[in-house]
Amino acid sequence: MRRLENIYRLGVKELFSLRRDTVLLALIVWAFSFAIYTAATGMSHELKNGSIAIVDEDRSQLSARIREAFLPPYFKEPTLISFREIDPGMDSGRYTFALVIPHGFQADVLADRRPALQVNIDATAMMQAGIGDGYIASILSQEINTFLGAPATAHPVELKARYAFNPNITSAWFTSVTEIINNVTMLAIVLTGAALIREREHGTIEHLLVMPLTPIEIMVAKVWANGLVILGAAGLSLWLVVEMLLQVPIAGSKALFLTGTALYLFFATALGIFLATIARSMPQFGLLFMMVFLPMNLLSGGETPVESQPELLQAIMQAVPSTHFVSFAQAILYRGAGIDIVWPQFALVTVIGSLFFAFAVARFRKSIAVMRS
Amino acid sequence: MTAGAIAAGAGPAPAVRLESLTHVYGDTLALDDVTLDLPAGRTVGFIGPDGVGKSTLLALVAGARKIQGGRVTALDGDMADPRHRRRVCPRIAYMPQGLGKNLYMDLTVFENLEFFGRLFGQDRKERHDRIADLLKSTGLDLFPDRPAGKLSGGMKQKLGLCCALIHDPDLLILDEPTTGVDPLSRRQFWDLIDRIRLERPGMGVLVATAYMDEAERFDFLVAMNDGAVLATGSPAQIKDEVGAETLEEAFIALLPEDERRGHRNLTIQLRQQHDGPPAIVAKKLTRRFGDFTAVDQVSFEIERGEIFGFLGSNGCGKTTTMKVLTGLLPASEGGAWLFGEETKAHDLETRKRVGYMSQAFSLYAELTVRQNLDLHARLFHLPRQRIAGRIEELIERFGLTSYAEVLAATLPLGVRQRLSLAVATIHEPEMLILDEPTSGVDPIARDSFWELLIDLSRNQGVTIFISTHFMNEAMRCDRISLMHAGQVLASGTPAALVEQRGADTLEEAFIDYLQEATGQSDTGDSPVVAQPPKISSSKTEATQTSSALGFSPRRLFAYSLRESMELLRDPIRLAVALVGTAFLMLVFGYGISFDVEDLTYAVLDRDQTPESRSYLEGLAGSRYFLERPALSTHREMDQRLKSGDITLAVEIPPGFGKDLLQGRTPEVAAWIDGSMPFAAETTLGYLEGLHRHYLTELSRRSTGSDPVFLPAEIESRYRYNQDFKSIFAMVPTVIALMLVFIPAILMALGVVREKELGSITNLYVTPVTRLEFLFGKQLPYIVLGMANFLLMCALAVFLFGVPVNGSFLALSVGALLYVTATTGFGLLISSFTKTQIAALFATAIATTVPAVMFSGMMQPVASLDGNAALIGQGFPTGYFMTISVGAFTKALGFADLYRDFLALAAFIPILTVLSMLLLNKQER
Repeated sequence: MRRLENIYRLGVKELFSLRRDTVLLALIVWAFSFAIYTAATGMSHELKNGSIAIVDEDRSQLSARIREAFLPPYFKEPTLISFREIDPGMDSGRYTFALVIPHGFQADVLADRRPALQVNIDATAMMQAGIGDGYIASILSQEINTFLGAPATAHPVELKARYAFNPNITSAWFTSVTEIINNVTMLAIVLTGAALIREREHGTIEHLLVMPLTPIEIMVAKVWANGLVILGAAGLSLWLVVEMLLQVPIAGSKALFLTGTALYLFFATALGIFLATIARSMPQFGLLFMMVFLPMNLLSGGETPVESQPELLQAIMQAVPSTHFVSFAQAILYRGAGIDIVWPQFALVTVIGSLFFAFAVARFRKSIAVMRS
Repeated sequence: MTAGAIAAGAGPAPAVRLESLTHVYGDTLALDDVTLDLPAGRTVGFIGPDGVGKSTLLALVAGARKIQGGRVTALDGDMADPRHRRRVCPRIAYMPQGLGKNLYMDLTVFENLEFFGRLFGQDRKERHDRIADLLKSTGLDLFPDRPAGKLSGGMKQKLGLCCALIHDPDLLILDEPTTGVDPLSRRQFWDLIDRIRLERPGMGVLVATAYMDEAERFDFLVAMNDGAVLATGSPAQIKDEVGAETLEEAFIALLPEDERRGHRNLTIQLRQQHDGPPAIVAKKLTRRFGDFTAVDQVSFEIERGEIFGFLGSNGCGKTTTMKVLTGLLPASEGGAWLFGEETKAHDLETRKRVGYMSQAFSLYAELTVRQNLDLHARLFHLPRQRIAGRIEELIERFGLTSYAEVLAATLPLGVRQRLSLAVATIHEPEMLILDEPTSGVDPIARDSFWELLIDLSRNQGVTIFISTHFMNEAMRCDRISLMHAGQVLASGTPAALVEQRGADTLEEAFIDYLQEATGQSDTGDSPVVAQPPKISSSKTEATQTSSALGFSPRRLFAYSLRESMELLRDPIRLAVALVGTAFLMLVFGYGISFDVEDLTYAVLDRDQTPESRSYLEGLAGSRYFLERPALSTHREMDQRLKSGDITLAVEIPPGFGKDLLQGRTPEVAAWIDGSMPFAAETTLGYLEGLHRHYLTELSRRSTGSDPVFLPAEIESRYRYNQDFKSIFAMVPTVIALMLVFIPAILMALGVVREKELGSITNLYVTPVTRLEFLFGKQLPYIVLGMANFLLMCALAVFLFGVPVNGSFLALSVGALLYVTATTGFGLLISSFTKTQIAALFATAIATTVPAVMFSGMMQPVASLDGNAALIGQGFPTGYFMTISVGAFTKALGFADLYRDFLALAAFIPILTVLSMLLLNKQER
């Protein structure tokens, strides 16, 4: 009972301290509003504004049709260039795609001689090359077929493919939620770590340690207070920025997501405390944070699919709770999964998180035992 | 008597003249219309407690701070005039407040001196001659290779003085040079100054001090309070004016009436004897940190109700002893007993009987006075109904009534200390352990603090264990221990200690003990400045003046060298600088892949005929897809898509085989998980490819010919990267990303660190120019960036198997321009941020967002428009990405990429000029 009261009091104190820390407050606001908004609106995973050049050696009715078929928002207005300009243009990255319509193309099509259209693709533009290739092929076949007035050939089997959960595959749906997931981890580490280092730099941690308080009480207080702030900020951001401002529909239960996040925060905040016990100063903590957070963030499946990583790395990442956090967060928020589906991830996050939390407590206790003025 | 009157009567022209000098910090008035003439060639002392404007005044005279209002004339010129300042700064030396504030703690004694010698343009021979002289005269020649951070307080200050004297200044400005230094070192310090003044009689010395006893030996004093001058004159004149015996009494008498209110001379009643065991017992208490012994076999006993004082310099082991007593630190050997029970690290019960006040102010500055008291009352679990009453009682008794709702951060120092004491006594402990509670507090506040202590001890029987370096406070203790270098030199009542040594004052007795302990005889025998520095000063001044005005490669190099040494000695920064980029490159290179492979799928085959199985064979054979157990219901399909078990579900309708054979065009349905749009689109592409392949095969089998999809061929040529493997694009891109991220952050920290630690003052008061400072600091990081570049190239070629197809020379030149630009960006951020943590996050955000989103990593720069395009073009990363991808993957050289080289090169002067404009050459 006394313990709980201590933890509560110290946590409230933690909230007061945070209120006066302008740098961290600015970071929280930035992370849960502007960062999400710019990521969702600025970065597009679909083909947008593809830069295309066309070498039209045919100058026929058909080639003109093709030239006019590349339209925004998928493509920028095509630039007409000569054959010689292809190489320098693609070398310098001015054009991602270069289409060559050969001399006599229209005549050859009409005569059923199956002429060849050459599509040059800058394969170093990873996000656009593959998708752009498909778009260009379908634009070309549509234009040629319409020109010929031929109905699309009927095939013996039709494939009817649909996208589940995000029918128009709008990338803002993906990026906005991903950003929230990332920022939960980032802030959990930064806030708790900074809170501990701030107390150490101000000498107040010693002050706590000469009172009838145990290290675990001090640590749990930091965890609940900072965790609560993050949980609140994430919930607000999901509602105000993602749902209201960006108009992204959330498929599943927000309450379930926040419950899972609360479980995950045990791990993330403990990680912040762990790093703070290694670092001797705030800048050292910052550098350590970068070295730990960036890999964790990139490899947890939030940015690119876990499946495309080397197998050893996949196995290692299975032991990191953020992988399971990303996995259940995506399942709940994108795909509307319920507790019946995500409980294994919840369990894993809780178990690994508790183990790490216990480790961090031990480490924290040891670090304050040898602390020097 | 006014300040002007005294100076007007003095003989020689004043060295420094202040006219209506006014300075404010936010709402606080630090200097209020001060007009003063300071005599030349004398030692002028500024006395007064902390925060009365002494430091501000000295910093303004030294040219370290920008003058807000009024006029400072020093060395025959206006200190507001930058040209005059540049001309005279080689003649002024300034030692800021704080132990070793202008020193570099990671550098050795010798390296510190070398750095300052270089800043003043001395060549190697001159520098080494002077350093040898100075080290010898201060006794520091015994350990030239010890890092400054490991010196004792007294030695740090001597080293600081050496650094200040290396260029033979005409005006020496010392801001509280002896605060926190033991009495012997203090005496040696002033003897040293006296001897130097004998050699250089023309040199003027301005000194601020909080020790009134020390001020007795100065020629001329300026007593200050609250931003204004109370009195000036020789020590005798000032004492005579108010008829006081000591300067401290004189100072109190000079204070305005309302500040003196309530002040009376302290009287200390005799202590009542208490029965029972001693409150504190320490037996052969020893505490080591590594091979350093902080506390060495310390033993003492403290009776109940006694006020026991610990006297000694900073770093002599007082704090460590107290920490062991409170259970904050375990003892290495020996032990301590509180109330008869041995102290243990986690004994909660004893803690309730002890109140502790640590050296630095350690309450929550972001809480109000009342909130602080309330928090501690609750953490000590005072009965709920008692809390409010107890808080009121303390607020009343400790004189905090008018501050109750004020944030602790904004309290004056004296009030803060009262609050700390109130907090330490909130649970009515039987014992108080107070670590230098009155450091920096003005005499009146100190006396009122002691009144509270005496009341606690005499009327409530509280045992008080206090450390201090004020002799008059030590005299008030029942008994004291003199400590030095971890050992107790002597214990007893103050009077007995004085008597034992046959000394007049406690200070003399202490010095006597110290000399005995350190084996030094009288100060007269300690090393003396044998000769003045041998170089003729006229020649030195000539070289100094000329080099002070132009650009000096030596000063630039001094900063580069120092920055490199500091970096080499900080393990975490060094590790990040050396292997941080390589580590992140491995993670990015292996972890981020836009190759979509091993997509999990499951089928719902509701036909189960040879035809349906033949359709699904294509999927099963594809290297892109990975089959999971088949589905049996729509519900299961829904569940497994939701859980992420599969990303694709394919449904073959019932009757598929029959419809196909009868030509009724059956429809295969596919659901692709759209939650990750990029992967979803790629999946669809693969699926359509497989579908076409099936149709071709089907047509070949049934009609023997290929089906006609289009009357033309579309030949897609994936250029530069035929296999379309993302690694070939990813690796050169990541190199560009890493070379902005890490170098910019390290660079930004490098400059802001100096701001936080205070060594930025050396930029303000030495001849170094902003360009020399900035470029000197940047140089090591450019070298480091290039080393990282080479390391990453090696990783790219040998580990990732991504060869440099184009010109490696072009790539390297591009990297050099790029790293110069990115470190320049770090410099720019550090020129306006104030704390390291703000610089760190600001740089991380300001580099990552444009580098990742608008420089071609996600989307080609050519497809950006509007603001995104502007940001991309206004940031160096995009240009280097083109060079990097061009040289690695596209097999390009200089001729193909010259535009990007020009753009990168243009960033360098722009960033440098911006940083120079934003960096102040004086503190505001």
